[in-house]
Amino acid sequence: MKRNFTQTLGFTFLFSSLALTLLVLFSIIYFIGVRGFRVLSWTFLTQAPRQAMTAGGVAPAIVGTFYLALIAILFSLPLALACAIYLCEYSPKGWVVNFIRVGINNLAGVPSVVFGLFGLAIFVKFLKFGVSMLSGGLTLGILVLPVIISAAQEALLAVPHSIREASLALGATQWQTIRRIVLPAALPGILTGIVLSIGRVVGETAPILFTAAAFYLRGFPKSVFSEVMALPYHIYALMTEGTHPKEQTGMAYGCSLVLLLLVLAISALAVFLRQRQRGRFHV
Amino acid sequence: MFDPVKIKAQHVDFFYGNQQALKDISMDIDVGRVTAIIGPSGCGKSTFIRLLNRMNDLVAHTVLRGHIYLEGQDIFSPAVDPVEIRRRVGMVFQKPNPFPKSIFENIAYGLEVNGYRDRDVIEERVVMSLKKAALWEEVKERLRDSALKLSGGQQQRLCIARCLAVAPEVLLFDEPCASLDPISTAKIEELILELKKDYTIAIVTHNMQQAARVSDRTAFFLLGELVEMGETQHIFTAPKDKRTEAYITGRFG
Repeated sequence: MKRNFTQTLGFTFLFSSLALTLLVLFSIIYFIGVRGFRVLSWTFLTQAPRQAMTAGGVAPAIVGTFYLALIAILFSLPLALACAIYLCEYSPKGWVVNFIRVGINNLAGVPSVVFGLFGLAIFVKFLKFGVSMLSGGLTLGILVLPVIISAAQEALLAVPHSIREASLALGATQWQTIRRIVLPAALPGILTGIVLSIGRVVGETAPILFTAAAFYLRGFPKSVFSEVMALPYHIYALMTEGTHPKEQTGMAYGCSLVLLLLVLAISALAVFLRQRQRGRFHV
Repeated sequence: MFDPVKIKAQHVDFFYGNQQALKDISMDIDVGRVTAIIGPSGCGKSTFIRLLNRMNDLVAHTVLRGHIYLEGQDIFSPAVDPVEIRRRVGMVFQKPNPFPKSIFENIAYGLEVNGYRDRDVIEERVVMSLKKAALWEEVKERLRDSALKLSGGQQQRLCIARCLAVAPEVLLFDEPCASLDPISTAKIEELILELKKDYTIAIVTHNMQQAARVSDRTAFFLLGELVEMGETQHIFTAPKDKRTEAYITGRFG
């Protein structure tokens, strides 16, 4: 009797926790959804803000976010992939590699505003890229380096050792084995990592605060050295402008909804890719 | 002059870290014959066979002493490229390990990494290898299907075909039937007897009946030592060493 009671109590607790978590999640989506939906329109998605950001849309911010993510991934992907391949496939196992691993994991724990300051010092000032799409993209790229490295490492380690041996036993070199057998097998996992890091880049505000973001721009960025608007920073801009609180808050919810949908879509893509990776080595 | 010895091991010691896995192994593997290596689990038989194509290079913190010669050439000499050794000495593993690719690509891969470019030649070699591995009839209609869809026995024969495609001189089998059912096992054994005509073969097995069925010569390993080696018939009917006799009559192992 007592055992069954404890079990029921336990399950009830576990279930309530889950229910509460889902409740929070759905309240956020509902709250943002309802308020954001009011301002959502074709105009909102395709036009620049007008009349002190009380009308028009957020198109430059969407485009800016897209470019920032693109630069970040273009910069960090080759670097992260190379690091992961070296760490998993080539480096001798030992304390040096363990130290590097710990270092990379700690890099992932650095607060994003610190990356922002770093980007300001290195890209904006030292390399004289100015406050620009390039500076912001590179800063975001550094931010997601550890994310992609970890995901890629995990994907590489998940490739069974037996097929590496099979390849080497046929007289393939280690590099041929990596390029033709290991990387293709690890690709879905690596893609998942990329997609997740895109989600991260799209949502980050602090790293672009000093390096890329413009409060208000009339049109689209002209080159990588232009300042850009970005969705998360645009929300901040709308909420702190304070000249027309009512309209601007409405716009901010619309902007949040767009950002939320974007991140959700990206996460869904990641889940899809991971699902495909599963069952790749099982019949 | 014809040298009947294909691979010669001389005073081979092998260590994983501080642990000695092989103790002073000296033995010959003869051209065109099947040499079986038997012994209980952990006796070092797999370790030994993996030295013959330098697969143990991949394991960290190992030490090798002694020499292994392939046609008189020391395969561990610094002048030797392990990649070339592995092309000449093929290996079939304990668990079938096809690549997550199509049946065709599984075999074509070995040719491609060894520099074959001509698609016609590759196709021809793929078909030939599948026929040699007695798999052609079962897969000829679905060469583009994933190799992972094949049964375990078929996968293992695919691994053998993959091996044959790159034209090795020696085939090493590391307990090739350990994960297969009796019917698939019989097919692999039949295949080994067939392949013996063209290749020098070494097979590690813990199944004594299998050793008796497929091999010409047998080596018995125990605790990292080569206890006895001789013609299979002699080893199984009149072993010289008491330990060999105890093992083959099933008193331990």
